[in-house]
Amino acid sequence: MTGSAPVLEMNGISKTFPGVKALTDVSLTVYPGEIHALMGENGAGKSTLMKILSGAYQADAGGEIRINGKPVAIDGPLTARHHGISIIYQELSLAPNLSVAENMLLGREHKSGPMVDRGSMEKACRAVLERLGVGFKATTKVNELSMAERQLVEIARALIANSRILVMDEPTTSLSSRETEAMFALVRQLRSEGLAIIYISHRMAEIYELADRVSVLRDGSYVGTLVADEISAERLVQMMVGRDLSSFYKKEHDAHQSRGPVMFAVRNMSDGRRVHPCSFDLHEGEVLGIAGLVGAGRTELARLIYGADPRTSGEVFLQGKHLSIQRPEDAINSGVVYLTEDRKHLGLFLDLTVRENVNVSVLGRDARMGGVLNLKSAKERATAAIKALAIRVAGDGVLVGSLSGGNQQKVLLSRLLETKPKVLILDEPTRGVDIGAKSEIYRLIDELAKRGVGVIVISSELPEVVGICDRVLVMREGRIEGEVGGAGHPPVTQENIITIATGVREAAE
Amino acid sequence: MTPPNETSASIQTSGAAGIDAASQEKQRRLAWRSTLQAIGMLPVLIILGVVFELMSGRFMSFQNLSIVMQQASINTVLAAGMTFVILTGGIDLSVGSILAAAAMVAILGSLIPEWGMLGIPAALLAGLVFGLLNGALIAFAKLPPFIVTLGSLTAVRGIARLIGGDTTQFNPQLPFAFIGNGTLFGLPWLVWIAFAVVIISWFILRRTVLGVHIYAVGGNPDAARLTGIKVWAVLLFVYAFSGLAAGLGGVMSAARLFAANGLQLGQSYELDAIAAVILGGTSFVGGIGSIWGTLIGALIIAILTNGLILVGVSDIWQFIIKGLVIIGAVALDRYRLQGSART
Repeated sequence: MTGSAPVLEMNGISKTFPGVKALTDVSLTVYPGEIHALMGENGAGKSTLMKILSGAYQADAGGEIRINGKPVAIDGPLTARHHGISIIYQELSLAPNLSVAENMLLGREHKSGPMVDRGSMEKACRAVLERLGVGFKATTKVNELSMAERQLVEIARALIANSRILVMDEPTTSLSSRETEAMFALVRQLRSEGLAIIYISHRMAEIYELADRVSVLRDGSYVGTLVADEISAERLVQMMVGRDLSSFYKKEHDAHQSRGPVMFAVRNMSDGRRVHPCSFDLHEGEVLGIAGLVGAGRTELARLIYGADPRTSGEVFLQGKHLSIQRPEDAINSGVVYLTEDRKHLGLFLDLTVRENVNVSVLGRDARMGGVLNLKSAKERATAAIKALAIRVAGDGVLVGSLSGGNQQKVLLSRLLETKPKVLILDEPTRGVDIGAKSEIYRLIDELAKRGVGVIVISSELPEVVGICDRVLVMREGRIEGEVGGAGHPPVTQENIITIATGVREAAE
Repeated sequence: MTPPNETSASIQTSGAAGIDAASQEKQRRLAWRSTLQAIGMLPVLIILGVVFELMSGRFMSFQNLSIVMQQASINTVLAAGMTFVILTGGIDLSVGSILAAAAMVAILGSLIPEWGMLGIPAALLAGLVFGLLNGALIAFAKLPPFIVTLGSLTAVRGIARLIGGDTTQFNPQLPFAFIGNGTLFGLPWLVWIAFAVVIISWFILRRTVLGVHIYAVGGNPDAARLTGIKVWAVLLFVYAFSGLAAGLGGVMSAARLFAANGLQLGQSYELDAIAAVILGGTSFVGGIGSIWGTLIGALIIAILTNGLILVGVSDIWQFIIKGLVIIGAVALDRYRLQGSART
């Protein structure tokens, strides 16, 4: 690998936006047949660098890009493609109403005379699809495919264009564990075929498993590159955030709370379709994880408890008292709150200010004369929340839509905390959040548990579940299949969770 | 690990400086953007005023400006109600018809011997009831606002004709004629009423819990529900408020004319009200906008009408010019705010 010549060299790349320097003198060297991971916090400059590579942005004068040793000027997406560079974005760029073949050859349709030659297109695509070993046909419409399959179409599109450099931007975000495994196998196959793969991911586990080398960016600058056997979580985190990992998963609350008094109980919760009767207890000051594959019914269960969706059966008890939760406002008034996994669409009001977003659930409680806003208390709450959660924002009058993912998540969290909840259900609390904000959110969860709040954490990131939860319920196909960490149950480890989540244990029995 | 550590220290300082500059830049941009939004269409209003003054030489007199405001008053009241509705991402097409029905109720009520003033509360109540009906269909039956209010546009028009026996109803001894024709401290009552409605609207939108909930429902209805906001109550309120405003518009209109006609009164008033709201910079999908913008929008429409008459433009050309100015002004607004659009 290192013996061959680099396929891509980016040297001294800088990029200035009006008033902001997004990249400063960044260099990146990628060899054919390697998986080169690119890491960094949100806003570190990964996307900007890749957009320069793909021709979406122009770098400042002074840097150079070499492909196979020859300097090239990439002035637009077409030039990038011409040089064999393909990018697979997080938001897929397929036309769902067209077939796989049409998508793969979009803009480069085979023609016979003025007519589109579908036969020849499909033949060419079939060859590539066979090479990838996919389970769908070239004539299948893209809207019939799963998220994972759509990503395969994107990869096939890159292959049919003879790309030599493939950039993958968080390709596993929307994939289940099984699909992720398949994706990894494919990425390795592409590596063995001599492609250079630039792999962007926040997930440490993927980097261990896949990467031959890792380059780290921080605040728009190149920090360094590690080769496979040097890679460790501590080192990477230290490079990314400039401090060390010893306190990353902090657990100061008493982990033995799981044996304390039951504070919150759910019985036979079901919607008759995606959630089959689920029952569990939550103890005072406990951090209870709910793990499982994507689609196992975790979010659906949480929404049923919260009163967001209609249920066919199920009861909820808080401190022994039966709660009648018909709507979200009933849950909030009883002290049970839910953090959505989709903060942009189901959580935040992007056109409202930080102050309004933080206060929106407690405006009624603070109001004077039955409905006149208490501007003073709103201001105080918002200012205190910004300080307590270290939300990076110029002031509480800033629109939430202009904040980064991590800061948006903190705003949403502080909205929930303002209601003084007794039970907190957090659905993917660190999704799309950079590593600094992540550790702050973990610390907050720990702090709440210490104060006796019951916290339920739904998460697809196993290291996170193992790192912060005292006890974990594992769901599969709408049922709670097992438990780890409680008395009389196996300990909380990634292996034990995966075993239950995938049904391996059942098969063994 | 030492070399990266050393670089990290130096990078951190420069990085921090970069973030500071970036956030300052962002703050400046946000401040600039909010100023632009606050000013909105005010420059267009002023330019139109200056142009008409230069062309006619009579526009800027106190008397004429007072007439302009009077002409703008009914539309301002309707547009205030419409602002609430459009802020939730809805639309109320029925306000013209509700205005006609309420005006008819006001005239008929005013004919009750000794108790003629009852015409006012009766008309307001009529408007409120029609608004509540719209709101109930939208909030509980979950029908699309466009369809519901399109239906009531027609049905309420029919009711207006029905209760007046399909004739024009007069009351030359209208007990509340002062509303339409009297003045208070030198300004017409109609103008005071419109201004009061704007102030009340501002208070509700900016100083009450309900106001924040209206913006929240318009900006993100799903999040509003999950946040525990009673979305149905917000929707019921905005359509009821719009109906009530149309009822008030009916009183103002009846008081001005001493008469009401179920067939003609208030025809296409809803379009002027919508135009005022949109000119005022309120987003058609909801969640963004202000009542001050709506006031400016209503004034622009009134100035155009008044100014074109003063300059002596024919009725036909007035329509064409008004339409083009509305499109042009909104296009200008979009173009101006394009660079600062939210990502």
